[in-house]
Amino acid sequence: MTPFDYARATDAADALRRGTIAGTAYLGGGTNLVDLMRETVARPERLVDVSTLPAAIEETDGGGLLIGAAVRNTALAEHRTVRTRYPLLSRAILAGASAQIRNMATVGGNLLQRTRCTYFYDTDGSRCNKRQPGSGCDAREGFNRIHAVLGSSDACVATHPSDMCVALAALDATVYVDGPAGRRTIPFSDFHRLPGHRPDRDTSLDRGELVTAVALPPLPAGARSTYRKVRDRASYAFALVSVAAALEMEGDRIKHVRIAFGGVAHKPWRATKAEAALQGGPATQQAFLDAAAAEFADARPLRDNGFKPALAGRTLAAVLEELAMGDAA
Amino acid sequence: MSLNVNGRQVPAPADSRVSLLDHLREGLHLTGTKKGCNQGACGACTVLVDGERILSCLALAVQYEGREIVTIEGLAVGDALHPLQAAFVEHDGFQCGYCTPGQICSAIGMANELERGVPSHVSADLAADTQWTRGEIRERMSGNLCRCGAHNGIVDAIQATFATKASA
Repeated sequence: MTPFDYARATDAADALRRGTIAGTAYLGGGTNLVDLMRETVARPERLVDVSTLPAAIEETDGGGLLIGAAVRNTALAEHRTVRTRYPLLSRAILAGASAQIRNMATVGGNLLQRTRCTYFYDTDGSRCNKRQPGSGCDAREGFNRIHAVLGSSDACVATHPSDMCVALAALDATVYVDGPAGRRTIPFSDFHRLPGHRPDRDTSLDRGELVTAVALPPLPAGARSTYRKVRDRASYAFALVSVAAALEMEGDRIKHVRIAFGGVAHKPWRATKAEAALQGGPATQQAFLDAAAAEFADARPLRDNGFKPALAGRTLAAVLEELAMGDAA
Repeated sequence: MSLNVNGRQVPAPADSRVSLLDHLREGLHLTGTKKGCNQGACGACTVLVDGERILSCLALAVQYEGREIVTIEGLAVGDALHPLQAAFVEHDGFQCGYCTPGQICSAIGMANELERGVPSHVSADLAADTQWTRGEIRERMSGNLCRCGAHNGIVDAIQATFATKASA
């Protein structure tokens, strides 16, 4: 680990003042950043610890929730309102990492965690455009079972590793940001980037900007929601494919549906094509599979991940069948 | 700057790069906490902070100033083992013992989580009371690996210690 100065922010204003200095990184629970620093993938000169800033979960006037960035993952997953009104979010968090890591990790840090592409981590011998722009990508012709099939570029085929963020994408969350140019809000679908020519940039944050909160609008009152993750072992592994979905039925027709996929792209993938295909239609297995096929029509699989479009389709069908059945029961 | 470890005030490391794990082992000579993978994948370094289980390898020691840290050395009272330590002996919850301090600290943290109703990935109903089933325990302990394969004994020891208390 390269040397750095450590300071604990006393409040958000203090954090922002310190965060504007070049070479500074904000530190949340450290579960990703400390590891990246140990591997010298990240080499900040200064750390501003924002993990002890106020961490509240508040009900908002419109029936939604405002979640402070320093809220721990466990605290969000176990929150009574999240469990009852946003079960897909609670389930997504509980499907991720281990209990120890969920106790440490913050909501803001979860948004900003970096890919688990092994070539990104391998500073000793691998080329990676995300770690070192312009150096090349060894994943494209390498071991790429966990890599992207949608939205990738010639420069980068990495996936975003978060489970929580897949649920937030389906929920139309808003990210609250504060920074040198003042406060702004970012729709969740614009927060994470596709790689394009700049895979070194994971998000649309500018230098010195700090995530302060995430806002959730209410789900439609009649909607049911859940999260399902498919991985190589039963627990404590990153997703090969995951689905966050919310479904509201009206008779035997789909009144409202939200779908996001994890494990398939550089960002949590909101499946707008699949949603459009299903809206107002019947809740049949064939309709679900056809909707997924529409979403993955442009998929560009690599050597080892050609199974992902079909797996995503079957997972989506299973999730939506469960949600539709439960509604009828 | 100082840390509170097992009820004692101890100095924090001067170098901010030092992990809580390395500080416990190298700085304070509390070598019960083990370094397995040193990257958050095995759970051998699990300690309790304010009663919650965390991974000390991914924690910078300076971040934990003012928090109450408990390691495996802080569980027994004199020669009297913590009930879970005794249960690990009783139920063969280990072979080589390397993962054991992390397993035990993790299970104590897990018991707190179950008691306050934190659901898990395998909980069928997020709103229902938590259960002390083997499936729940295995999922909640999935962050602690045991390469000897003592998991069945570990689950037995945890159930014997906490599940009977919960149903009593």
